[in-house]
Amino acid sequence: MTHPSSGEAVAKPSPGGLGRVLDQRVLLSIAVLALLPWLLPSKALAVNVLIYGVVVMGYNLLFGYTGLLSFGQAAFFGAGAYFTGIAIGRYGVPWFAAVPVSVLLSTCLAGVIGLVSTRTRGIYFSMVTLALAQLVYYVALQAASFTGGENGLRGFTVDRISLFGLQVNFLDPVNKYYVLMVFGALAMWFQSRILNSPFGAVIEAIRENEQRARACGYDVERSKLVVFMLSGAISSLGGCMLALHLSIVPLDILHYQTSGMIVMMVLLGGARSFFGPFVGAASFLILEDVISLWTPHWQIFVGAIFVLFVLFLPRGIWGTLLDAMGSGKARR
Amino acid sequence: MDLSLIIMQLLSGVALGAVLVITALGLTIVFGMLGVVNFAHGALFMVGAYAGLYLASLTGSFWWGLLLAPVLIGAFGMLIELVLIRRLYGRSIDDPLLLTFGLSYILVEGVRIVFGSDGIPFPTPPQLIGVVDLGIGFFPRYRLFVIVLVAVVLLALWLTLEKTRVGLIVRAGARDPTIMQVLGVDIGRVWLAIFGLGVGLAALGGVLAGPMRSVNPEMGSLVLAEAFVVTVIGGLGSIVGAVVAGLMVGISISMVALFAPEMATIVMFALMAVVLLIRPQGLFGVRGRTA
Amino acid sequence: MPKSGSTWKITRRAALAGLSASAALLAAPRLGRAADETIRIGFPTPLTGPFAAEARDQVKCAELAVKLVNDEGGVAGRKVELLVRDDKLNAGEAATRTLELIEKDKVHAVVGALSSAVQLAVNEVTRARGVIYVSISQSDTINEAKDFSKYTFHEALNPHMTTAAVARQTLKKGMKVAHLVADYAYGHEMLRGFKRAQAAIGADNVGEILHPFGAADYSTFMPRLMSMRPDVLCISNFGRDQANAIKQAVDFGVKQQMKIVVPVILHNQRLAVGPDVFEGVIGGANYYWGLEAQSKSAAAFNAAFKAANGGAIPTDYGAYGYSGVASLLLAMQAAGGTDTDKVVEALEKLKYDLTKGPQHYRKCDHQSVQSVLVLESKKKSAMTGESDLFAILASDAGSEDMLRSCSELGHAT
Repeated sequence: MTHPSSGEAVAKPSPGGLGRVLDQRVLLSIAVLALLPWLLPSKALAVNVLIYGVVVMGYNLLFGYTGLLSFGQAAFFGAGAYFTGIAIGRYGVPWFAAVPVSVLLSTCLAGVIGLVSTRTRGIYFSMVTLALAQLVYYVALQAASFTGGENGLRGFTVDRISLFGLQVNFLDPVNKYYVLMVFGALAMWFQSRILNSPFGAVIEAIRENEQRARACGYDVERSKLVVFMLSGAISSLGGCMLALHLSIVPLDILHYQTSGMIVMMVLLGGARSFFGPFVGAASFLILEDVISLWTPHWQIFVGAIFVLFVLFLPRGIWGTLLDAMGSGKARR
Repeated sequence: MDLSLIIMQLLSGVALGAVLVITALGLTIVFGMLGVVNFAHGALFMVGAYAGLYLASLTGSFWWGLLLAPVLIGAFGMLIELVLIRRLYGRSIDDPLLLTFGLSYILVEGVRIVFGSDGIPFPTPPQLIGVVDLGIGFFPRYRLFVIVLVAVVLLALWLTLEKTRVGLIVRAGARDPTIMQVLGVDIGRVWLAIFGLGVGLAALGGVLAGPMRSVNPEMGSLVLAEAFVVTVIGGLGSIVGAVVAGLMVGISISMVALFAPEMATIVMFALMAVVLLIRPQGLFGVRGRTA
Repeated sequence: MPKSGSTWKITRRAALAGLSASAALLAAPRLGRAADETIRIGFPTPLTGPFAAEARDQVKCAELAVKLVNDEGGVAGRKVELLVRDDKLNAGEAATRTLELIEKDKVHAVVGALSSAVQLAVNEVTRARGVIYVSISQSDTINEAKDFSKYTFHEALNPHMTTAAVARQTLKKGMKVAHLVADYAYGHEMLRGFKRAQAAIGADNVGEILHPFGAADYSTFMPRLMSMRPDVLCISNFGRDQANAIKQAVDFGVKQQMKIVVPVILHNQRLAVGPDVFEGVIGGANYYWGLEAQSKSAAAFNAAFKAANGGAIPTDYGAYGYSGVASLLLAMQAAGGTDTDKVVEALEKLKYDLTKGPQHYRKCDHQSVQSVLVLESKKKSAMTGESDLFAILASDAGSEDMLRSCSELGHAT
């Protein structure tokens, strides 16, 4: 299954000039995110945009760049959150250690789910990822002594952290935002590195034409599994951020409706663009907030907007903007 | 554990499976012949239930609701295909999935706006109230009716596809649409009919399920996951697969409920994972069809 | 430093100034809530989702409580404002809304929550920040030491109280009892309550079947349930699950063989399913408008609600909205303002009678000690009007014996 190429060059990793441009996109993105709490009407909204932006960015690696439409990303988002909460609350692991441990465990989960789902192709893949993620949901519901079950996970509030000797009040929304932004920046840097690497070229080749990629000698199955795990890792980092931010992990973070929301965000923002995920997350959350003020029936508007985007703006907001700004540039 | 309990449980499983079959059938037919996965399938199931209820209360009879709702919603489905899905042919294979996903949001919220968020009772038709004494236990008359009706619908479907000219065109159109067009068949009309049929079957499932569970806007979401699981196990595009898988899943859930009822829902996902590991294209699916 | 070639010259001095300004901003003490005139109360409730009707009832009653206080001049001369937010019955959403209410809207207290998960999420946010929270969600968990906070008060009933009251009314020594239980925390709490009560009465437990939470189809559990031949079937689930389970049990002819009993019988569920299916089902409740025949407080509450809402009657969940907010406002009145510690003290000492009789908060776990109603759903022909849904079988006066002991919950006594 292919996405028709829109005349855009598949990124080739190259040193020098292009390298500087591509690093710049990380810096530019960080700059925008740093201003976000002051641009948006509430800090809680800004943190949500940051968190979901990271989750969607990870998903973008899988869907936008590799062309694999998974409906189960919520499993890794949730795994990141739950592992972090359990590590801090149940095992007393300090927060800065809980995050990498959690990402590691979530990546393993992604490996297991990836093993089963990458055996399938096309539409099967979408349906299988949905069903497997739903299995994770039911397991989490059952394992209530670990996860809190339906009540969600609580009891791991991080209120004070020490950064290089300074005592920082983590409950203060501004402090919290900038601490979490560091994670966001790390995730962005990591994603950029992947996209720049030869591997980044391989996954785009797979999206363009899987048969051809295989004919060129690339191990398509292994690459799909690897990108599945990397995508899960980044999204799980978003989950860790959520756990630290909310101090609870709600069970419905694992439900396929959360996966659906992630899909909507990536499409709204622009799949296969670097900053698109954040634009998509921001658009979706702001839209939801704004429309909820007028009517409790915000879902019908969000659904309609999404349908219109699929029909007429498949490149998403940011993607369309980038296209308009010039199609010759080797930008992403 | 005595034999009569096991038989009763099996019968329960078949009744459960019957609803799963009807729902999964619509999904698999549309995919098999059009290559479109309808993410709004669960929502249309729900809309069918509401339509059945509304028509039943309008006409005063459940039977009119049962007959007309699938036809009406099937027609609505044809409209969706004409206006929305048709624009997406030739584009990425994911686009119809995404579009129907957005559509499901619209349908669910639309029903909430019109009928409210609370559940509405769907009264069992008076002719089917009560239990039948099977000698080994009591079984609800209505559920027996569901089993029988689904069997009848399956038979009718099979006869149409295998024995009639219309069925021939449909089957050939699934095999090779281009040749059909060359032969002068309006393939657009065939697709319209198929999509309508798939949606109509979903709506029929909804109307049948209505009296068994209360009718509410969220009833489609679990059904969607179930339909996905059943079609994946059976093999996307395979009618036989949908029937076998639906019954298999229904009976498995039912038998597991005897020993570990809380695991009943997990079982169907576990079954799917097992089938995928052994045979990724599903029990009756054809390898490579979805690439 | 290499020449950047840009037209901006960021001098070291300017950079340092900028940095120290940001550091000052980060380290600035949290602006205390200014002694505004208005008292703001946050009210998260699931306006979208399956309990939208209950949520709307709650909002109407909460607004009534606020209106009545404002009509009398407010609390210590200050007007009260209710900030209603939609938590979409989603714990994550509720936590986000609560954060906004505290950080952006600077509320003085939070009242609300319908589901157990939402209540615990709100609680986690409020207790870390020392904000008063009056929960009106029916669950046992919030009483336990793990989730306790001195700022949190539980105004609603819990499964322990309701199951005990219902059991007292329906079970007799030697009766055979079977259970159908939703397999999640709330379901288990209800089962535990029933089993305790049934053991105390001397009834026999003939079996328990757990069903997946949110299950739509109960047909696979019916044959086994019927084969146990119980006298009473206790269905421990909630909301739509309960409606579905009862309906399907009735389809299988269960009512011919046994009595169906539930811990909490919901007003709106009964309306959703209809009198025939629910006929004869017995369950507990915190409030029913029919109580006005026995209680002056109920009559007064009904009258006030009818006056403000065009003759409509308040529902069970609505009453929670009223008593949650009203009891908080009474405490604020006693404390003379919104000083958190003073209000907490006032709540602990408060004796109130708002909708059904005397109530107070127990000191160790802040649980509201109150009466429990036991209701039986009337058959269609016995209903005198479309609101005449239930017959009140009992209205046990509130007492601390109804609750689990402080030590059992993990509190120091």
